[in-house]
Amino acid sequence: MELALILRRGLSPLLRPRLDPFLLAALLVMMAAGLATLHSAAGGNERLVLLQAVRFGVGLGALWLLSRVPPAQLRRWTPWFFLVSLAILALVPLFGTGRSGRHWLNLGIFYLQPAELMKLSVPMAVAAFLHREPLPPGWRTLLLCGLLIGLPVGLILLQPDFGTAVVVAASGVFAVWLAGLSWARIGMFGTLGVAALPLGWPLLQEYQRQRILTFLDPDADPLGAGWNIIQSKVAAGSGGLFGKGWGNSTQARLDFLPEQTTDFIFAVYAEEFGLVGVVGMLLVFAFIVGRSLWIAMDAKETFARLLGGSLALTFAVYVLMNGGMVTGLLPVVGVPMPLMSYGGTSAVTLLAGFGMLMSIHSHRKLLGRPNGWA
Amino acid sequence: MRRFRRRRRATRALGPARARLRDGQAESNQFRRRALLGLVAVVLGLAVLGARFVFLQVIGYEEYHTRSERNRIKPRPIVPARGLVYDRNGVLLADNVPAYRLELVPEQVEDIQATLDALASVLPITPDERERFAAQRAGRRGFQPVPLKLRLSEAEVARFAVERHRFPGVDVVPYLTRHYPAGALFAHVVGYVGRIDTRDLERLDAVQYRESTHVGKSGIERYYETRLHGRVGYEEVETNAEGRVLRVLKRTPAVAGEHLYLSVDAELQALTAEAFAGQPGSAVAIDPRSGEVLALVNVPSFDPNAFVAGMGREQYAALLDAPHRPLFNRAVLGGYGPGSTLKPFIGLAGLEAGLRRPSDRILSSGAFRLPGQEHEYRDWRKGGHGWVDLRESIAQSVNTYFYQLALDLGIERLGEAMARFGFGAPTGIDLTGEASGVLPSREWKRARFNQPWYPGETVISGIGQGYWVTTPLQLAHATAILAAGGEVHPPHLLRASRAGFDAAIEPAPRPPASRALEADSPHLAEVVDGMVAVMHGETGTARAYAQDAPYRIAGKTGTAQRIGRTGEQSLDPERLAEHLRHQALFIGFAPAEDPRIAIAVVVEHGGSGTRAAAPIARRIFDAWLLREDAWSSP
Repeated sequence: MELALILRRGLSPLLRPRLDPFLLAALLVMMAAGLATLHSAAGGNERLVLLQAVRFGVGLGALWLLSRVPPAQLRRWTPWFFLVSLAILALVPLFGTGRSGRHWLNLGIFYLQPAELMKLSVPMAVAAFLHREPLPPGWRTLLLCGLLIGLPVGLILLQPDFGTAVVVAASGVFAVWLAGLSWARIGMFGTLGVAALPLGWPLLQEYQRQRILTFLDPDADPLGAGWNIIQSKVAAGSGGLFGKGWGNSTQARLDFLPEQTTDFIFAVYAEEFGLVGVVGMLLVFAFIVGRSLWIAMDAKETFARLLGGSLALTFAVYVLMNGGMVTGLLPVVGVPMPLMSYGGTSAVTLLAGFGMLMSIHSHRKLLGRPNGWA
Repeated sequence: MRRFRRRRRATRALGPARARLRDGQAESNQFRRRALLGLVAVVLGLAVLGARFVFLQVIGYEEYHTRSERNRIKPRPIVPARGLVYDRNGVLLADNVPAYRLELVPEQVEDIQATLDALASVLPITPDERERFAAQRAGRRGFQPVPLKLRLSEAEVARFAVERHRFPGVDVVPYLTRHYPAGALFAHVVGYVGRIDTRDLERLDAVQYRESTHVGKSGIERYYETRLHGRVGYEEVETNAEGRVLRVLKRTPAVAGEHLYLSVDAELQALTAEAFAGQPGSAVAIDPRSGEVLALVNVPSFDPNAFVAGMGREQYAALLDAPHRPLFNRAVLGGYGPGSTLKPFIGLAGLEAGLRRPSDRILSSGAFRLPGQEHEYRDWRKGGHGWVDLRESIAQSVNTYFYQLALDLGIERLGEAMARFGFGAPTGIDLTGEASGVLPSREWKRARFNQPWYPGETVISGIGQGYWVTTPLQLAHATAILAAGGEVHPPHLLRASRAGFDAAIEPAPRPPASRALEADSPHLAEVVDGMVAVMHGETGTARAYAQDAPYRIAGKTGTAQRIGRTGEQSLDPERLAEHLRHQALFIGFAPAEDPRIAIAVVVEHGGSGTRAAAPIARRIFDAWLLREDAWSSP
């Protein structure tokens, strides 16, 4: 009896504050589905599945650790974290490796994808910055936010990694938007952005232009550039209502679907589990986004609120971009499906982000101090 | 960090004029509105995504399902095993032997040139192979494999297997390749198969030949192509994106080609070829009772196996330019002046027409003149042969007898009589492209030269000179008709066939027989008597070559100019260039009383028919009749 008491006392810092069981459950469902699909897509390469499971373990560890850190503490660490991740990102063009650009840093035991870190540090930095500024943000604030976002996004575009750049930019912009950027300014920026689009075309890499053209007309070159989109649609479409069943994806097993373990894993999922599985998974996505926004709304501190909201919406952008890409609604931009696509840094940073949300959730009552005191 | 601090200080320094009071509740409400708006947008986005999946997986299901199956399952033709070819005794003349070839599927190879270069470091790939690959690729669709290198050695197969992973879309495929164990001996009879080229593609059934690499190009291989080829089968195979076959789902077996048994005798063929001792020429032996071709020999010949593997341009050019044209099937395509070998037929025509009785004599003085003309038509013996009847005229080959007879017959009746023995028309043998030769006539000359016919041309036609062109096969066929007592059996090579190794051997239907003469014509015996006298008579031109023969031979020698099918023809043999003169000919059959073999022998540049062709004929007779006798003895 006493032992139990001692144990509980001793363990209490580990168990308390409690993790949000609903969000955690939804994440675990996604991870399980991800591992199951990876098992099929990897075509008997169990090492890949095991490796991904290990990463999920590491990610869950990070989630647990970060859920222990009060948001105020996170906010104090933010500038350091931002600068360090920016510095690492700056190293990528110099020492990076990758297939279609320099994306990864070889750290000996694993490859780090610094751009993934920015998906955390950019919304953190913007949220921390806006935390001190009067809201809704003024011009000067916006300009500095633009810098905080633009610098890492620019570096990522240099790699080049258009998809990640879009997601990172979105994560920062969401924070600004959630902070109450006026609709008039949003309209203005939007107009400017659309006007700048044609200017951006020559800046794109050849393969990126090809991807956009392919997206507009995939059947122009069905065996070349259009192959991915066509085979992905064939995979998803041939799944039908109930799917071919777990492990029965012919498109992946016979190598018709490229990148079946990474960018196009959701097509494999759709092929094996059909519309029923897809709708179920979309509901899980919606729940995760809704629950995360709910947690953010509950936060008492601006930083926590903006960070939580931004992470939730960024996750949604991830899902929508990958889903759109897999189904041919969007060009192939190379955005993985969160927690399903094979990839280490992405899984760990995503789970770390959800750790921050957990922290925001569990510290919502303790955040008594008004803003500006920190 | 410092940046943040500095900025905060700056904000404070600006004072209350700029700093607004933070309204926590207002901010929170603002966030709440935006967050809800965001959630609505996300849910909308997910709804659109869901709708897209409905579109793909429900509405588009049929199409995508089909496309996925089509991705997965590919029908693959199974090439039927080609039928084998045997001689009359079951000696294998055309065999299938296992081999490996290297194939490349163009649509699965990104950079074909680079792949070929890389492959060249693993296996030797000759410029010829590259050239042929390019040519074959042009005729095929991207998903069809194109053979790159045939007949890989075992070492080459092993070397490629190690490097295979480097070459997606390239694979080693086992196949059966044609092999002709007899080599050059039957090159002109059995023919050969070669790689399918663009011309073949035009005439071949695209379905049946989809995966075939070879097709019969000449000889029996070409004539009986359809029967030898068999019927293509299909299997449905599951392939991955690289096109590698993972498993077979369904199979419709191919029907192998028929095995063919030819009437030729490998041993007789070999002995006949040997008898030529390298002199260019041709010999055809026919069984007069059935029209079965027992031997069909051309010297020189070539190795048909070289055509199966495919040879380089240079090698082929060398073969084309080789002395005496080994590729030329002289037996069925070669045009030769028949010379005196026609005399028995013309003598028979005289008897049949009632213009001569066997005992009628004429005086051979050595020179024959047309009334009112200066030109002398000579006998081969100076001073002539004196008074001779039909038998002696054949035995001694007396020109004057036949000059007069031809004149008496006239070119129309002469031609009509000769046509009954198959001259001037293809014999109908089961080989493609047989030449028909020339049967001289007014109409033919008018059509060919637009000139009238002169009586002098009738005179020389009587001794087989002038416009006559015959093939060795035609001569043998005509001789066989004589031997068969006037029965016409069109010569043929196919004797029997067999649908498979388990099936029974089915005799091939014989071409319908007809008659050139009335049955039991007394005239025929007279002519045969003359032909026997050629061999066995006191004065016979070839009597030296029938000595000690344990059977009696009926024969006729001939000497004439060889006439190319398109070459210039001259009326006067004396004016022909030396290398075109003196083709030695011999026709004959044996045993004279009950003929079992009829032959025609042509030796190019052979000098006289007697000295060059008759000994070869004797060896053929011996080879066939003495061996057969040996077999029938207990």
